[in-house]
Amino acid sequence: MTLPAFLQQCVLGLTSGGFLGLIAVGYTLVYGTVGLIHFAHGDVVMLGGCLAVGLLSLLAPFAFDPLVGWLMIVLVTISCGFFCGGLNMAIDRLVYRPLRQAPPLAPLVSAVGVSFILMNVGLLWLGSTDQAFPDLVTNAGSPALRSPVTMADLVVLSLVLPALIGLAILLQRTRFGRSLRSVAAVSRVTTPTGGADQFISATFFLGGFLGGVASVAASIHTATINYQMGYQTGLYALAAAVLGGIGSVPGAIVGGLLVGLIRAFSTVVLGPRWAAAAVFLVLIVILAFRPEGLFGQKRRERRPA
Amino acid sequence: MSGRLSDRWWLANSWEPAVFGLLAVAPLIIPEFAGGLGGQFTTVMILGVAALGLNVMVGFTGLLHLGIAAFLGIGGMTLAILTVPTNPLEIGFLPAVLASVGVTAAVGLFLGAPTLRLRGDYLAVVTLVFGEVVRALLCNLEQITGGMQGLGPVPPPGAGVIVGGVDLGRSFIVDARWFYYLALAVLGAVVLLLRGIERSALGRAWIAVREDALAAATLGISVTRVRLSAFAIAAAIAGLAGSLSVASLGTTGDPNAFGFNRSVAILCAVILGGLGSIPGTLVGVAILFGFDIVVIPWADGWLQQLQPPTWRTEPLSLGSWRLALVGVALIVMMRFRPEGLVPSRRLAAELHEARQ
Repeated sequence: MTLPAFLQQCVLGLTSGGFLGLIAVGYTLVYGTVGLIHFAHGDVVMLGGCLAVGLLSLLAPFAFDPLVGWLMIVLVTISCGFFCGGLNMAIDRLVYRPLRQAPPLAPLVSAVGVSFILMNVGLLWLGSTDQAFPDLVTNAGSPALRSPVTMADLVVLSLVLPALIGLAILLQRTRFGRSLRSVAAVSRVTTPTGGADQFISATFFLGGFLGGVASVAASIHTATINYQMGYQTGLYALAAAVLGGIGSVPGAIVGGLLVGLIRAFSTVVLGPRWAAAAVFLVLIVILAFRPEGLFGQKRRERRPA
Repeated sequence: MSGRLSDRWWLANSWEPAVFGLLAVAPLIIPEFAGGLGGQFTTVMILGVAALGLNVMVGFTGLLHLGIAAFLGIGGMTLAILTVPTNPLEIGFLPAVLASVGVTAAVGLFLGAPTLRLRGDYLAVVTLVFGEVVRALLCNLEQITGGMQGLGPVPPPGAGVIVGGVDLGRSFIVDARWFYYLALAVLGAVVLLLRGIERSALGRAWIAVREDALAAATLGISVTRVRLSAFAIAAAIAGLAGSLSVASLGTTGDPNAFGFNRSVAILCAVILGGLGSIPGTLVGVAILFGFDIVVIPWADGWLQQLQPPTWRTEPLSLGSWRLALVGVALIVMMRFRPEGLVPSRRLAAELHEARQ
């Protein structure tokens, strides 16, 4: 592999790892607070992408300048963040909250049910084929520019980096962030009090918001979107969260970057169709030696249902 | 345990023999079973076998498994590799089925051994990811598996065996009822086998480990060995189902059919019917897959006839809503009847106790 090719894959891996990390944070936050693998998270992200396609196709005729196009993308990203955050909160309110005291399998199966419903919404929204994602920044995906950074990479970074920095500030500097970290470090929120419910809602909103930002970044990165994207991207992100140690926010981001890099390099070395197998094999091997993931803490085994 | 402590342990309830009897008699009365309908029922029954296998892991032993379809794929692919005419082996149906069961049991042990240390949720993720790796292998190892087209043609059981001047394998292809009865017989045999195990020391150990692994260990039960046996037996039964499925279709088909969606669908059927309950699992399969494989194509055909031809561009169909329907069913079930439709008594008592 030549040096430019190597750098190119590094950039590709880190940009895709960035948004995978953002989605992984959504899995990890929910797991840290309510102890649930939120299987529908990937599909929430997919619906964010649907909304972005809809809004950007409306706006596309007015994007006469790449800078205006970029501003539009930023605006759409923020609206997708609020949309996904709200959707995530609604899912928690309607589906998970009544099951807070139920055995762990009940919310997990409900999460799969929510995932099916959202996937069906995406199927009716987008149809069963790939949809092209509108390209508002001129030639963002043009291969001519790929040496080693494309416009698309820059746009993705301009969305992912502020989100990551914002998340770091939120976790370090705010009361909510500090309680989020302490909850994740000690135990799940189990007391069904009003305060706990608000806290959990806020957690779901935060995870959804980051997922909404990631949905636009992911769609720009691949230039297409389809209704199964939630499952595919969501699985990579879940792998990232588990790899980093589910429950740990830095773990999720590091896991995302690792998964992005493994995917990028296995695509070149082994071929694109082996990328998924490579990522998942690494995950299985790491878990076999370090069952709690890279940054995870050992916890006592909960009794399965 | 769902079985009563009676002498006639193989009869857990009175309606089960009636249903099996009905299934045995129906094809003799309804001629459509020789064609498409028989094939659809065969598919549902084969998925029933797979669901019974999954129930061993999730229901009896309490290990959440999200990659059961991978074992369907491995079993089916083993059968195909050993029997297709393009490969030199061609060992025939029965030895190949036995080989599939052996191979899937071994793979189940191979997956189980390193993952026993994992907590419940991590185990779920690892089995899910394992399923994806298997799917990728089936898709990508084209020289062996035939890639996306799959491997075929898989000869039917009894090909080349002449009974009364008729090739037995040919009867399997011409009349769907042959496979129907084969699947029914296998389903019945697996039910009896599992009911026997459920009452044996092994079955009790599974449930003891599910209830409290630490307490089981203090009673001298080897938790590792018990969990591994569940891994292997679940995998072997799923492998049996996979090899039957491939034989009845005549090809392994698109390997993506052995992905996460199939695994989750089988898991949903088990949970819908009642975790840890054999009749419950069968009821769940009958409802979920009966709906998906038999009712939806029938209802959509009917809906298409009903609509004026001008609607044909965007025909109203149940098929495009099936994911949402299943999703709603799962959520409603978990909210109001988490123990399933035909629950195992112990689990039902526990779940309701936990909610109070």
